[in-house]
Amino acid sequence: MFGLSSKHDRTILIVATLFMLLAPVIFNLFPENSALAFFNGGYPDLMQRFAIFAILATGFNILFGLTGYLSFGHAAFLGVGSYSAVWMFKLLGYNVLPAILLSIVVAGLFSVVIGYISLRRSGIYFSILTLAFAEMSYRLAYSVLTPLTNGETGLQVYNSDPQVLAGANSPTSPHLFGIEMSSAFDINLGPWQFTFPVGYYLCAILMLISFYIAIRIFRSPFGLMLRAIKSNQTRMTYTGLNPKPYTLAAFVISGMYAGLAGGLLASMDPLTGAERMQWTASGEVVIMTVLGGAGTLLGPILGAGVIKYLENVFSKMNETLLETWFAFLPDSLQHAVVWVLSKFTGEGWHLTLGLIFMVVIIFLPGGLVEGGQRIGKRFSRRKSSGNDDDNAAASEPAE
Amino acid sequence: MDAFLLQILNGLDKGSAYALIALGLTLIFGTLGVVNFAHGALFMIGAFCAVTLSRILGASYEVIDPTKTDFLGNPAKVQMPYVNDWFGPVAGPALQDWAVPLAILFSIPVMLLVGWIMERGLIKHFYKRPHADQILVTFGLAITLQEIIRNFYGANPIQTPAPEAFTGSVDFGVWLGFAENAIIYPEWRLVYFVFAGIVIAGVFAFLQFTTFGMVVRAGMADRETVGLLGINIDKKFTIMFGIAAAVAGLAGVMYAPINSPNYHMGMDFLVLSFVVVVVGGMGSLPGAVLAGFLLGILESFFSNSSFKGWIIENLYLDGTFLASFIQGIDQIIIYLVAIVILLTRPRGLMGRKGVMED
Amino acid sequence: MGILEVKGVNKRFGGLQALGDVNLSVQENTVHAIIGPNGAGKSTLLNCLVGKLIPDSGSVSFDGQSVLGRSPFAINQMGISRVFQTPEIFSDLTVLENVMIPCFARRDGTFKLNGIRSVMSQNDMRAKAMAMLEDVNMADKATMHAAAMSRGDKRRLEMAMCLVQDPKMLLLDEPTAGMARADTNNTIDLLKEIKEKRNITIAIIEHDMHVVFSLAERITVLAQGTPLVEDTPENIKGHPKVQEAYLGGNH
Ligand SMILES: Nc1ncnc2c1ncn2[C@@H]1O[C@H](COP(=O)(O)OP(=O)(O)OP(=O)(O)O)[C@@H](O)[C@H]1O
Ligand SMILES: [Mg+2]
Repeated sequence: MFGLSSKHDRTILIVATLFMLLAPVIFNLFPENSALAFFNGGYPDLMQRFAIFAILATGFNILFGLTGYLSFGHAAFLGVGSYSAVWMFKLLGYNVLPAILLSIVVAGLFSVVIGYISLRRSGIYFSILTLAFAEMSYRLAYSVLTPLTNGETGLQVYNSDPQVLAGANSPTSPHLFGIEMSSAFDINLGPWQFTFPVGYYLCAILMLISFYIAIRIFRSPFGLMLRAIKSNQTRMTYTGLNPKPYTLAAFVISGMYAGLAGGLLASMDPLTGAERMQWTASGEVVIMTVLGGAGTLLGPILGAGVIKYLENVFSKMNETLLETWFAFLPDSLQHAVVWVLSKFTGEGWHLTLGLIFMVVIIFLPGGLVEGGQRIGKRFSRRKSSGNDDDNAAASEPAE
Repeated sequence: MDAFLLQILNGLDKGSAYALIALGLTLIFGTLGVVNFAHGALFMIGAFCAVTLSRILGASYEVIDPTKTDFLGNPAKVQMPYVNDWFGPVAGPALQDWAVPLAILFSIPVMLLVGWIMERGLIKHFYKRPHADQILVTFGLAITLQEIIRNFYGANPIQTPAPEAFTGSVDFGVWLGFAENAIIYPEWRLVYFVFAGIVIAGVFAFLQFTTFGMVVRAGMADRETVGLLGINIDKKFTIMFGIAAAVAGLAGVMYAPINSPNYHMGMDFLVLSFVVVVVGGMGSLPGAVLAGFLLGILESFFSNSSFKGWIIENLYLDGTFLASFIQGIDQIIIYLVAIVILLTRPRGLMGRKGVMED
Repeated sequence: MGILEVKGVNKRFGGLQALGDVNLSVQENTVHAIIGPNGAGKSTLLNCLVGKLIPDSGSVSFDGQSVLGRSPFAINQMGISRVFQTPEIFSDLTVLENVMIPCFARRDGTFKLNGIRSVMSQNDMRAKAMAMLEDVNMADKATMHAAAMSRGDKRRLEMAMCLVQDPKMLLLDEPTAGMARADTNNTIDLLKEIKEKRNITIAIIEHDMHVVFSLAERITVLAQGTPLVEDTPENIKGHPKVQEAYLGGNH
């Protein structure tokens, strides 16, 4: 089915599909007015961001997970994608299809240029080159390129824009042939409330397609060559293979994934600024991928999900909320607990993120997927590790 | 000529900061072989040492001053710093005024301690791990450190003035025989430059004239031999890391009056310092210092509009796209130079062969 | 006319003349050993053949075509495979994957964006790789991680990776250096077997005379960057110049 030869791959694709399609339900497990409704994550905005960042991380993983080239510049492609999409809205109209296509193409071209230059070096030099390019793009967006980026104000659609393809009664927000991204339909089942947003489903479907392509790449000879690059470039060259075009291809593919993610971000909210391109934003993608498990198929998606969800939950927790939660404690203790926790929540979410990230790298270099596998192994010791179909999905911790 | 000199001088303070951070970075991966993305955070912590000390010295309580009344005619309340009580009305305010230079003394033990904890608690477990892991874990650490600082000091820049005596400017030009007011230079920046020079000279002297320094230099020349030379190599690594942390911290302390400390200044300087290290040549200490100053000066030249105007005029670029590109080039000149150097001269200005190249 | 022709090759490293006017002709389907004291320039010569180094002057041609100026992967595609002193394998991958990579390299060339059909569903490639593994008695280790193998097995795997490409010529740089006697004998047997089963030219650099005399049909003695003599093993054994190069020169 779908040209996937291994049962393992079919299973994860099906599980991912079901998960994405039912996400509005899965994330809203708790009845609307219950105390635990706080932990619901089924908002359109959050779920969209999850799907979009899953695309970004999946693409990043094709480069970093397979070839081992650590780029700190992927946010630049995301930003370029967003700018391209908004330009399409301005020139052609709010239909997201041309916007998304252009963002992929432009990010692809941009990554050919940056990749071609950066890949002339490897290791830490490559990382620093991508870092320098990303910072440069970010600063250019604020200075010289203001005619294209609208500088600090950010690029957005104005009434005076041509929008040549927009008809008289076209929607005035991003849409796909008339179906508006911001629309949604609600279902109320007793105390539960589920929202099925259109924008999310577009992102989810594109994410599933991206994921499917990633599986094919992982399992193909091309993917094998990418893993060979990470493992031993000397052997590769003396085996008659040229690592350069393989790495560049991986770089461009992952740049296009980032462009798609950028285009989708703009399609959900047609406004974009240069801060999207800052190198710390690239760092976030790195964190997601590594947290979930670089080099594994599900890792980046898991990482994106965990981080976006925790970001949402932690940012929402403010001191008043914490105080009501710990009201059962004696006063002084309550204050102490709230004081400590408040450092990690709300504004302090990034502190938690930094800590989680460090803990994962120190104790679980293979990410959450490896953690899951370790636990899984503990439960089923008797199963030997000989089953080869599963083998490629398992990632050995980086050497 | 005087305008030229002024641009060079303007580049010196930033250049000094780049040079100091890059020096520490180079020491760390020259000896320990670790790529430290948290080095910018050490610079930032240094700057916040200055903030902290000036807050401690400024701590005060309210007293009623019987000699003054407020606008309602009641006796006025004034803030009485504790230092005034302890050291008297003359020494107290002087201490407050000199908080930033005094923070040098305060920051050295703090930075050594921070460095010691970082190296013993985290970095030492990553000596054998791939460079990518080192980058990732120190990146995580950098985020953590900067967020801790934000938690306690807030997100806004905190003004930390230099001592009263150094807030003015010197007419540098007069000293050199130029016209009056031709080269006006803020005193504190001059102090910063001299200070950086002393620290750099100190580090080089330490490496040159102590047995410890000799071991370190031998280690940087050939990492294999370090193991043979030292019986207690672990301890040497820790000390080295502490020194690098202290150098970054000192750079930060004295930088506080130039640029009000904020929590993300470390990340801002980090990228640039890496660029500096790469331009100087990975693993080369003189290269790091040289590149730091050169790039600082370069940046200052390209942020000067008359210099850019001069380029545009002389290359007949007026009105073209390149003209507007050059107008905005100060933002990116350092990166451009770094990219060109990395591609054409991968060893940088003074680097040795094969450092960290796979 | 040999399959490999080296004519007048010079290579300097700064002031050091590593290779001086080297002429060498390796005949098709023979085992040709290159011996000489340490620093004689054997590895340098080999690196000039595989494209890692470019000679300052002279010509190197393989199968009638010049190899000069070609990159290592292009030279490999011409039919020269190289075995390293310490085995270079893909240690993160499985043994089977290690052997499949050269299969794809032979089929698809230096680069092909081959992202559609999965590796494991390409039965012809898989069968070819498995057959090769059986040849070197490693079929039972196909799913093992290459990193987890013994040094002897890594050497076998590397040979398998080279041989599965059906190279016209195999280059080996001290394949038994640092090996125990038993492993050395295994390697000799492996190479003999390869020689019997295939039409292949082998050039081998070796210090161990036991290995050299067990395998070589012709021997070139290199000293200080120039070939002293080239002859059959029998004649080389008692050759006065060789004795001198080994005993008088460096020892
Ligand atoms: N890249 C290089 N740069 C400078 N000198 C080199 C380089 N490679 C080799 N040499 C020198 O060239 C000479 C020949 O070296 P080569 O490695 O070819 O010798 P060899 O015959 O393989 O010796 P061994 O038996 O020890 O392997 C030696 O003196 C060596 O030091
Ligand atoms: Mg040799």
